[in-house]
Amino acid sequence: MSVQNLNSVDPFAEEEILQGTENVGSSSEYIHIRIQQRNGRKTLTTLQGLPKQYDPKKLLKAFKKEFACNGTLVDDDKMGQVIQLQGDQRLKIASFLTDNGIEKATIKVHGF
Amino acid sequence: MSAEEPLFDPSLKKRKKKAVAFTEDPLGAEADPTAPAPETIDNTTTSGEAVDLGPTTAHEQMKMNGEGGDEDFKAMFGDLKKKKKKKEIPMDFGDGDSGTSTPTIIGAAPAITEDLDFSDIKKKKKKSKKAALDMEAFEKELSGSKSKSAADDDEDVEIEHNPNLDIDDADLENDPFAQPDVPVGVDSGSEPWLSSDRDYVYPELLSRFYSLLHAANPALLSSSSQKRYTIAPPSIHREGNKRSVFANVTDICKKMHRQPEHVIQFLFAEMGTTGSVDGAGRLVIKGRFQQKQVENVLRRYIGVSTSLSISPCKIYIPPPVEYVACKTCKSMDTLLTKENRIFFMSCESCGSRRSVNAIKSGFQAQVGKRSKNRAA
Repeated sequence: MSVQNLNSVDPFAEEEILQGTENVGSSSEYIHIRIQQRNGRKTLTTLQGLPKQYDPKKLLKAFKKEFACNGTLVDDDKMGQVIQLQGDQRLKIASFLTDNGIEKATIKVHGF
Repeated sequence: MSAEEPLFDPSLKKRKKKAVAFTEDPLGAEADPTAPAPETIDNTTTSGEAVDLGPTTAHEQMKMNGEGGDEDFKAMFGDLKKKKKKKEIPMDFGDGDSGTSTPTIIGAAPAITEDLDFSDIKKKKKKSKKAALDMEAFEKELSGSKSKSAADDDEDVEIEHNPNLDIDDADLENDPFAQPDVPVGVDSGSEPWLSSDRDYVYPELLSRFYSLLHAANPALLSSSSQKRYTIAPPSIHREGNKRSVFANVTDICKKMHRQPEHVIQFLFAEMGTTGSVDGAGRLVIKGRFQQKQVENVLRRYIGVSTSLSISPCKIYIPPPVEYVACKTCKSMDTLLTKENRIFFMSCESCGSRRSVNAIKSGFQAQVGKRSKNRAA
């Protein structure tokens, strides 16, 4: 009995680990790219739900350089860290991410 | 369909028969192009509807014929026998002709003569015992029209169904003759298994079904190949400098069978703005939006797969959630119901039922003056 009990501990641990990994990279967690209107013709683009294995700071830097725009990293209570860029960069972001090995299916582009 | 039902009254039988006979030929001609290229998806949906409708008409027509038969039994008897004999005779004469004609029929509107066929069968069974009176006359006619033998017979049969309408009969006869051979062949298509004892073949029955279907409800015919789901484009105009007014939200929501609140919530979440509904039921959206942009968002709400019209790069943007189109049958005839805080979408045409993601508005960046936000 004691041996079985000892054995039973392992599967649970494995499951937790498995679940944890699945949640991180699962397709149910989408990367949302949204757009927001400011005054006049100006717009903001936000990227939300970036998987944990990517460093948002480095990504932001790459975005800023690639798209020639400014941007910041915003800490939101619910959404976590959100990358915020000036201008409508939705499609550029989407193509950038897909080129760098993020699956298309996990990216959702919102907006008009 | 609706038009035919009122005609149910026995007094109107004649008219109905006439109408049926007239419409059948043109329908059959139209049916040809659609029948050969059946699009599986569309047809299944349409067929589902059509299956329901077809039989009802058939029943009605059966009833109609039955009533007519009762009244006109005596008059009909002779005619009916004639039909039977005609069929036999032409078959003998033109086996070669009929044989060639039948294979070509394929696309056929054999179903067109369906009502007639049913009545024919009944009459044959009932009246076959009695002797034919006007055999000779019929034979003469047949000999005259040998070239078109099989088809002519069918037409004659149709005509005979309306024994009281001599004038109409003449007209009917003229029409088929005047028409090209194609419809004729079509008519004869229904014959092969009626006149002979052989079993009908699947393709024959299939073509017969489709032509009957289209004859029964012409509405399907025009729209069956491409069933268009049309919604009036959203009418957007600017109110002041910073707000847009979406005037026909309620109309569009009604067309989609959705709660306006749900649609509006989706619009706001997608476009990252806020707004309100004014007294006239118009939606006032904060921000400048053009009709095309709102249309895009609506399209995504409906679930028609479209990439953003803006997209210069060739990225396929997956339609996020579809709140109107049924995923299994692509029909727009769906209902959205809320149960235990979860939205379920049930399809009216195929009966499928699936849960639908709740609408989440994402991160809202700080726009405008912070002092204003703090005050609010």
